[in-house]
Amino acid sequence: MGDLDYVYAVARIRVKEKSLLSDADMSQMAGLKDVKSVIGYLTDRGWGDTGTGNDPEAILKAEEEKTLAVMKELKVDSDVFDLLSLPNLYHNLKTGIKEICTSENNADAFFAHEKYGRDAILKILSEKNYKALPEHMRAAAEKAYDIMLKTGDGQMCDVIVDRACLMAMIEAGKKSKHKLLREYAESTVAVADIRVAARAAKTGKNLYFLTEALSPCASFDVKRLARAASEGEEPLMNYLTSQGFGDAAEALKDSPSAFERWCDNRLIQTIRPEKRNAFSLGPVIAWYLARQNEIRTARILLTAKANDFPEEAIRERLREMYV
Amino acid sequence: MSMGMVFALIGAALSTALAGMGSAWGVGMAGQAAAGVVSEDPDQFAKVLLLQLLPGTQGIYGLLVTFITLSRIGILGGTPIADAGTGLSYLFACLPIAIVGLVSAFHQGKTSVACIGLVAKKPDQFGKAMLFPAMVETYAILALLVSILAVTNI
Repeated sequence: MGDLDYVYAVARIRVKEKSLLSDADMSQMAGLKDVKSVIGYLTDRGWGDTGTGNDPEAILKAEEEKTLAVMKELKVDSDVFDLLSLPNLYHNLKTGIKEICTSENNADAFFAHEKYGRDAILKILSEKNYKALPEHMRAAAEKAYDIMLKTGDGQMCDVIVDRACLMAMIEAGKKSKHKLLREYAESTVAVADIRVAARAAKTGKNLYFLTEALSPCASFDVKRLARAASEGEEPLMNYLTSQGFGDAAEALKDSPSAFERWCDNRLIQTIRPEKRNAFSLGPVIAWYLARQNEIRTARILLTAKANDFPEEAIRERLREMYV
Repeated sequence: MSMGMVFALIGAALSTALAGMGSAWGVGMAGQAAAGVVSEDPDQFAKVLLLQLLPGTQGIYGLLVTFITLSRIGILGGTPIADAGTGLSYLFACLPIAIVGLVSAFHQGKTSVACIGLVAKKPDQFGKAMLFPAMVETYAILALLVSILAVTNI
């Protein structure tokens, strides 16, 4: 489909953008006294449905389902969905490997997936039938499963699967005909690399670990990033600043939660220009990502309220909204 | 039928066909956007309908020039054309609205789509949203004037 074939979908999305939560909404919810008040605010804005009641998880799940239903109604290309669902798919793989190797039931940790939900992943792994997985997952699944079985090193298992996920995103992004998806994939990989490098610098990981964990991207030289991170936090911040990621370095200096906030905000900044685009699938993809960001931020807010976090600590964790 | 008559009829046909094609495309695309808005917010029907109609005027301009041409070349009235030179003059006189009608309706359609998106998000900005596609109309009107002046003065 050409860019001009999405005018119906974009027009629908323009109306739907009006009901997205804004920064002011999030700020207002942060000031509410408890979970019940936040749920009340969300349900007043149309969140949840008849069966969800006051259960936060049920409300968030209902919103995720509503978002997917809109994307299906708009008949969004399957390659778009494939790319956007890669993080969930690889998360299921990681969770599946850990569940089999540790014999702990993590049913709640799996994302719902049409083909690769919990049962399918566990069956594939227990039968070592890696060919049943998408091609880009097979090698990583086999390697991560072997390492987890032999060494029980969950962190290395995560590193292998996460890197494979990022590589798959970059490849899918390169193949995509949608500019926003290419930019989203690039931005996601760059942010993930910075996140890994920051954690590695803080915990004193060596260069070998970093080389294994980081994924190549166009935003910076990954080898130099790995070297800087292996030398410590200060060299890492200097390198990030020299590559135009000074705000990431500032967030790192500030606090871990400020840095996590920067990571999510960076992705929202990538999609924000789509608010002014009247054609192409970009605004539809941006709305989907904005909804995910909104649901993620609502989850953070509800969890923080449930754990009686002070208002200032909650505000520090709130993500930028799309609208 | 003389060659002059053939040329004049080609001009008359082009002014309706090309300008009409542009309008059909523009109105069609704006209609898709309008349907998208109305499916979510039916209250905006009247506003988006007006924006959808704007690219439709070029087709009417083309039809008007065709009628004037036909009424002067002996089809609906006037004197049948005997020479090729006069026929070619009619053909060229019809081209401004034919070509500008096609191109301006295409771009007006795209502008209308963008403005339907604007109305979808900010319905109170409808007045301003009408002005943007109306600007494109200026050039279709100029082409219409040139075609009418040319056809009526041959």
